Amino acid sequence: MNLDVRLPIGLMFSVFGVLLAVFGLVSDPQIYAEHSLGINVNLDWGIVLLLFGATMLALALRARHARAKQPPNHG
Amino acid sequence: MLIQLGIIDYCLLIVYFVFVLGIGFVVRKGVNGTKDFFESGRALPAWICALGFLGANLGAQEVMGMAASGAKYGIMTSHFYWLGAVPAMVFVAVFMMPFYYGSKARSVPEYLKLRFDEKTRGFNAVAFACMTVMSSGISMYALATLLHAILGWNLHLCIVASGVVVLVYIFMGGLRSAIYNEVLQFFLIVFGFLPLVLLGLKQVGGWHGVTSRLAVVAARSGMPEGAWSHTWKFTGSAASNPMGIEWFGLAMGLGFVLSFGYWCTDFLVIQRAMAAKDMGAARRTPIIAAFPKMLFPVLVILPGMLAIAMHVGGDAHFSLPSKGDSLNYDMVVPAMLAHYFPTGLLGLGLTALIASFMSGMAGNVTAFNTVWTYDIYQSYIRKNASDAHYLAVGRAATIAGIGASVACAYSAAKFNNIMDVLQLVFAFVNAPLFATFLLGMFWRRTTGHGAFFGLLAGTAAAAVHHGLSFPKGAGAGIKGGWLSMSQQYPSEMAQNFWTAIWAFSACFVVTVGVSLATRQRKSEPELAGLVYSLTPRPKEEDVAWYKRPAILGVGMLALALVLNIIFW
Repeated sequence: MNLDVRLPIGLMFSVFGVLLAVFGLVSDPQIYAEHSLGINVNLDWGIVLLLFGATMLALALRARHARAKQPPNHG
Repeated sequence: MLIQLGIIDYCLLIVYFVFVLGIGFVVRKGVNGTKDFFESGRALPAWICALGFLGANLGAQEVMGMAASGAKYGIMTSHFYWLGAVPAMVFVAVFMMPFYYGSKARSVPEYLKLRFDEKTRGFNAVAFACMTVMSSGISMYALATLLHAILGWNLHLCIVASGVVVLVYIFMGGLRSAIYNEVLQFFLIVFGFLPLVLLGLKQVGGWHGVTSRLAVVAARSGMPEGAWSHTWKFTGSAASNPMGIEWFGLAMGLGFVLSFGYWCTDFLVIQRAMAAKDMGAARRTPIIAAFPKMLFPVLVILPGMLAIAMHVGGDAHFSLPSKGDSLNYDMVVPAMLAHYFPTGLLGLGLTALIASFMSGMAGNVTAFNTVWTYDIYQSYIRKNASDAHYLAVGRAATIAGIGASVACAYSAAKFNNIMDVLQLVFAFVNAPLFATFLLGMFWRRTTGHGAFFGLLAGTAAAAVHHGLSFPKGAGAGIKGGWLSMSQQYPSEMAQNFWTAIWAFSACFVVTVGVSLATRQRKSEPELAGLVYSLTPRPKEEDVAWYKRPAILGVGMLALALVLNIIFW
């Protein structure tokens, strides 16, 4: 059992990021004037989450790649 | 204050639950015995343990409580981090982890058994097991009342649902599943609350805007202008700072006794470090955790400061809900979420809040099932059963622990004071514990009788001090003064710090006295690996400098010092 925890974290944040960013694009700008000082926080923060998620995924995949290249040295 | 959620908010919440349960489901395949279930196979890298170490502590009490304290006491709340947690985390890593990880102990009570005797272990194990169930019950109840208050959700459904989700992922994957989820929850909490701080800061015009408004807050309370925005400057006398404590009580009570008592002896956090793959990783766990810990005030205390600043400033259309004739500080985070987060981000913030409740609860449940199985069941009920039997017992204990937490949650709902009373009793039990460990690890002469009676004396001293003192404005009862109203403190916090100081001192003195009067029954070979002077130092010659605990630890202390100076 070799679950790299960065994999679910990366996936979850990517999904969150996409959901928020897309919602930010289609939502009524009025809600941002009401709440978040006129900033489309859903779009902005969605992109931030997506970037973080993608970074985590990239790290997890790189580690998996490195493991596949090297013969296992313990266990 | 009822918040309306949109479809997008529910989507985020559902995605989160899918991932949390999914992790438990995947990890389940790796659980083949008790070592996997209770100790995560001792195979995790340091950074994962470190984030789990933080996540387990980042429960709701932390997130909501620190924001409440930020509003009530201002930046002085940061002492919990920069004076309390960071030095204690460095100490446990450098000096104590070699005994926890290096000895055969699988839990903190088991260390007490190896070092001292059966009765000291029994006392600690039973008290700790009760305490974890209580805390997770409180978490559950707090989550349910909060969701009920802000979303109008059904209270019973909330209690049962939160319990079942945590139950499922721990039942399947044990400690590893709990730790992986804590890492996930850690990031979720950071990303869920950060926009709150950024928007708040933008609204008031940055740090300067915060301090200028906080000066008004201070003036209204009759304190010096900077009382809410300086950590040390006004601690010369208890009357001139909102926490009502002078520097000595602060440094000794919070900085030494309470923080070291928690971070160095509480199995809930130690268990995370003990899951590390080797001694080096176990020792680096608390130190790596110390770095984000140092930055947490931005995330958990600053929202409270922003909330009170805007409430008093009156220019941001933000006001805190009130409770009776004072402000309801516990609602700082939900009120800020409702104010700043539009639907969408609101779902993320709410998910983060629920994640913090769940990680706190899971931390308690995993610590409970381990202590129950190893230190109570295997020690007193059934000694020589098979590993599979203990694994089944651990899983059953997970169900029973959650069941007991639910019962606690309901008793808290029913009896107003029962939670306060029980929490108080356990505070008394916990306060002296650090003296026992300090003497046990660094003075080989400390005996089992010394440790046991020292603990009893410390607990009694805490109770007596609490019975004789009371915070300003309180009557005799749960807040103290139930023996006689002799000593008044300016705040509850000041009273707590001094109770801890008395408990620690009594335990220390009695442990030393009784140890000198009794015979050491443990031979030196028995104490090897448990006592500092009889344990070989971990070899570090071939470890890179940036991985050495002492060097990393000094670095963390230096950073904490810099923060103390900047916000002096």
